Amino acid sequence: MPGKEMTVIIEEIREKFAGIDVDEKMTVTVPAADLLSLMRELKENPEYDFNFLTSLTAVDYPEHFTVVYNLISFRHGHTLMVKVKIEDKEEPAAPSLTPLWGGANWQEREVYDLFGITFTGHPNLRRILLDDDFAGYPLRKDFEWEGGRV
Amino acid sequence: MMQTQEITLNMGPQHPSTHGVFHILLKLDHEVIREATPICGYLHRGIEKLAEARTYTQIIPYTDRMDYLAAMLNNTGYCMTMEKLMEIEVPERAEFIRVICNELSRIASHLIAIGTYSVDIGGITGFMYCLRDRELVMDLFEEICGSRMTFSYMRIGGVAEDMPEGFLEKVLKFVDYMPSAIDEYDGLITGNEIFQARTKHVGIIPPEVALNYSLSGPILRGSGVDWDLRKKRPYSVYDRFDFEVPLGTRHDCFDRFTCRMKEMRQSLRIIRQAVEQMPEGPVMAKVPKVIKPPAGDVYLEIEGAKGMLGYYIVSDGSNKPYRVHVRRPSYINLGYLSELCKGWKIADVVAILGSLDIVLGEVDC
Repeated sequence: MPGKEMTVIIEEIREKFAGIDVDEKMTVTVPAADLLSLMRELKENPEYDFNFLTSLTAVDYPEHFTVVYNLISFRHGHTLMVKVKIEDKEEPAAPSLTPLWGGANWQEREVYDLFGITFTGHPNLRRILLDDDFAGYPLRKDFEWEGGRV
Repeated sequence: MMQTQEITLNMGPQHPSTHGVFHILLKLDHEVIREATPICGYLHRGIEKLAEARTYTQIIPYTDRMDYLAAMLNNTGYCMTMEKLMEIEVPERAEFIRVICNELSRIASHLIAIGTYSVDIGGITGFMYCLRDRELVMDLFEEICGSRMTFSYMRIGGVAEDMPEGFLEKVLKFVDYMPSAIDEYDGLITGNEIFQARTKHVGIIPPEVALNYSLSGPILRGSGVDWDLRKKRPYSVYDRFDFEVPLGTRHDCFDRFTCRMKEMRQSLRIIRQAVEQMPEGPVMAKVPKVIKPPAGDVYLEIEGAKGMLGYYIVSDGSNKPYRVHVRRPSYINLGYLSELCKGWKIADVVAILGSLDIVLGEVDC
């Protein structure tokens, strides 16, 4: 079944979600409040059918955190990058995608572990790679580490 | 009345069947798993953090040390992502050399997966046979780049050096020999009655669950989902080769095992075609000495030996990356383990974990 063109999909979701922003590479930036409903629409609407959450990670920018999601539609062969900016650098939080994808579970734990971003609604948000009593979040830019090269 | 008591059992971190330092905390009702909690991170080296303090070229050796059983694929994934970010076109000869190395790496990785799986189930001989033939791949790699495990052979824009003289003949000799060796494993492992009894109808992953948990590679294909990036989103020169994607029908441990077995034969087919079509020409694109990609971000995936291997790179325009993230297939595949083990017997845990084919260097990164 031939699916809709990506440009058409982008237009449609732009109409449905007023708050989103799309750049020239068709990367979608969505406010944290709309993330879950946007993802649900992308996943469950058969015309989009982004059924696979392939990658979930974060970046620490000077002014904000960005959580980056990469989706794939197996049926239509499309890929889509979705970003959420988190302005609160003191207590960063984003909604968890675990209600939609089991694959979000470990990936969100990894981001929580290394960035200290809380995923609200996650069933088991604990550190995963580092020790439970490790202090700090190493992938943040202000993390001070011993050794290494400057 | 018999009294039952739930007991807690530690499997690992030092346990031969966990294939490295990995720990599963099992809650048991007699022999039956009620709860399995995977605990990883013993091998965490912070490669993503280290990468932020290295130049783009210096990161290549770190990629070797994630999935160290299929390092060529890790190299290639990283270099291809950088090439996409910098819009570099790789010379055709380099693409073909990459394909040969990648498929050899996939075979080497699957040989370890199959061999160690055989040991897990109790057949040491199978392991010896697989390692014997993996040695041939290692020898080829040693010849082409001087290293047997941590190759760092790929470069941003191509490969480090052209192949030594007579290399392709040796590859062909290997391709000619290997099918008979796979026949041998089929007789020794696949056809073994005990092996089949331990793996068939065990650890079933339904396709919709596999998709929901972002599983990929032979695990996803073992669950019957036809998804191989070499076919679905052909990168490099994979669209020029004729090969098939083996799929499972029962979605159990045995299917995941046989998918790997069949994939090796397909890899051999690809290698033969790549050798036959090998073009002449340079092996490196024109790349500036100091690599400074334009500011921006890029995400790219290739079909690794364990699943989809993705790199997400953020550049701020300097000679060091602002952020590097690796989608490690082993890590994501392992995320389903605790659900998968529930309800199976303790001996099945070994069979289930082995069928996932994890590499802890990649899981912990």
